[in-house]
Amino acid sequence: MGTTLAEKLWNSHLVRKGEDGAPDLIYIDLHMCHEVTSPQAFEGLRLAGRQVRRPDLTIATEDHNTPTLDIDLPIADLTSRTQIDTLRNNAKEFGIRIHSLGDADQGVVHVVGPQLGLTMPGMTVVCGDSHTSTHGAFGALAFGIGTSEVEHVLATQTLPLKPFKTMAINVNGHLPDGTTAKDIILAVIAKIGTGGGQGYVLEYRGEAIRALSMEARMTVCNMSIEAGARAGLIAPDDTTFEYVKGRPHAPEGADWDSAVDYWRTLVTDDDAVFDAEIVLNAADLEPFVTWGTNPGQGLPLSASVPDPEDFADAAEREAAANALTYMGLTPGTPLRDIPIDTVFLGSCTNGRIEDLRAAAAIIKGQVKAPNTRMLVVPGSARVRLQAEAEGLDQVFLDFGAEWRNAGCSMCLGMNPDQLRPQERSASTSNRNFEGRQGKGGRTHLVSPLVAAATAIRGTLSSPADLEAPVGAFA
Amino acid sequence: MEKFTTHTGVGVPLRRSNVDTDQIIPAVYLKRVTRTGFEDALFAAWRGDPDFILNRPEYEHGSVLVAGADFGTGSSREHAVWALKDYGFKVVIASRFADIFRGNSGKQGLLTAVASQENVELLWKVLETQPGTDITVSLEERSIRCGDVVVPFEIDEYVRWRLMEGLDDIGLSLQHADDITDFESRRESWRPTTLPAKTEPKQAVEAARPTS
Repeated sequence: MGTTLAEKLWNSHLVRKGEDGAPDLIYIDLHMCHEVTSPQAFEGLRLAGRQVRRPDLTIATEDHNTPTLDIDLPIADLTSRTQIDTLRNNAKEFGIRIHSLGDADQGVVHVVGPQLGLTMPGMTVVCGDSHTSTHGAFGALAFGIGTSEVEHVLATQTLPLKPFKTMAINVNGHLPDGTTAKDIILAVIAKIGTGGGQGYVLEYRGEAIRALSMEARMTVCNMSIEAGARAGLIAPDDTTFEYVKGRPHAPEGADWDSAVDYWRTLVTDDDAVFDAEIVLNAADLEPFVTWGTNPGQGLPLSASVPDPEDFADAAEREAAANALTYMGLTPGTPLRDIPIDTVFLGSCTNGRIEDLRAAAAIIKGQVKAPNTRMLVVPGSARVRLQAEAEGLDQVFLDFGAEWRNAGCSMCLGMNPDQLRPQERSASTSNRNFEGRQGKGGRTHLVSPLVAAATAIRGTLSSPADLEAPVGAFA
Repeated sequence: MEKFTTHTGVGVPLRRSNVDTDQIIPAVYLKRVTRTGFEDALFAAWRGDPDFILNRPEYEHGSVLVAGADFGTGSSREHAVWALKDYGFKVVIASRFADIFRGNSGKQGLLTAVASQENVELLWKVLETQPGTDITVSLEERSIRCGDVVVPFEIDEYVRWRLMEGLDDIGLSLQHADDITDFESRRESWRPTTLPAKTEPKQAVEAARPTS
């Protein structure tokens, strides 16, 4: 019997097979750190008198609580400033490369890694952040870890792990115009639920996945964790190799050739068996939005707010009722009629250059809805500079949106970019949990195209709802 | 890590599924650089509600949380585990846990006991009709005792052994340092290193102009 891609990646990083129920010891190729989940790990090393085993396989950047305004001034929030200073001091003490605020390679850790060419097929990638699943888009085994594990990787460059189960997510056919990678993954999560992927590595397969760009694949893999999965994966192909080639850390010469030869073997064998398998037909998909307080509570934009009474399962019924109370929504309201106060375009899910281009193409020459504000936060400083070189900043500014510096920003509201109580957002980020974007804030997860159209109409909308044909989303 | 064999303490029924880590500890509390002192942050948004279960005097000193399915979903923040521990919780019982949360708990000596939803309902019933009832969780017997109710729970055998022995993961892995060095000697040359650092040409980053 053949093996799956996930199993191949696992086996090629096996330092030691666990015996008598003990976990396997898995080697980690790349460890990324940020300011929030690392300070206690470094402190643990110091207390135990341990060193960082491989500073040359480790990189740090500042993203979670960096401000997106006035980055040339000291950080106003003292606790944020302390946390950033702590990361800088730890990087210095342990000899770790860091990209700080004001550096062109600063930004959301999951945007920075691929941009530098540090994320490649066939690797294991970890970070103290659940959205590390993003890097699986390259055919790397990439997953989020807790702070104890961050310390473990710093000290040993390995992790003790039990093998994951494998699930195939087959997305067949072609996506209709106006639907995107974000709509695929929101539909997947709605189908299998927030716990459906627990214990699994999801491998996204099929025609619709193969047709996606690298950045769109990252959007899909990014939200694997929202289905409860440890990781998401897409087998590498020419799209992947072209994206990696020429980046600062991409292999060169003979190394490149031998890498590509190896990467081409990173596919699930035809006779391999997954532990679970689901199928979606891309042609059936529409722009998808969430109505509730977990990413599995989503529906096509053409639907209405559901009635909790219609849920057969008691726990789901209760969860839906709680969600509607929190979200201030009434069953039966068409989702398209929900007014939006703030549109947030950014995050490790949808803060890359293609996302900014797609949204800019929709809003160009249009007028922002008067009661809606729009915040545009590029995923990294480099993405911002690229967007500015293409004139996208001016498109957003002319439209009436705010153009900000790079970081996680309103995705989790650790910096000043927060929703006020009961303020409602359409957000291209990944979590609509209660209070995630600010205490009492109400989040609807959307694609960049829906975000753009919503900013124009002021209610949840897709480009197809705009009166003037835009034709920019082909 | 302290050894864990059995624990007895007040059971707290938390009748909610999908309790995510943003509910357990909102991001605003994650700016601290210490590993302790997170008790005030636990369930911060809900603690403001006088009807919230931990605000009721019978449950205030609870140490065994009985929660709905999919506890600990979302972010990888280990702060969620620290907040539960700092508040005084030693055990969380649920029918399903998010993977990263469960892993983090195991590293920190917080027991995540997987009981069937049916048995969780039984425990809720006892705890709600007789508030303040103690729960005894035996890791040795893999059992939960609450009033007249005795139900089994599941836990990974290796994690159970580690908790009962109070062993530190890093120390265990470092016993295999030779295997790690051997593995490193076989890594292919195309695999990237972060040092020496390579980047695109340096570019100045001015503060963005947010509005026109």
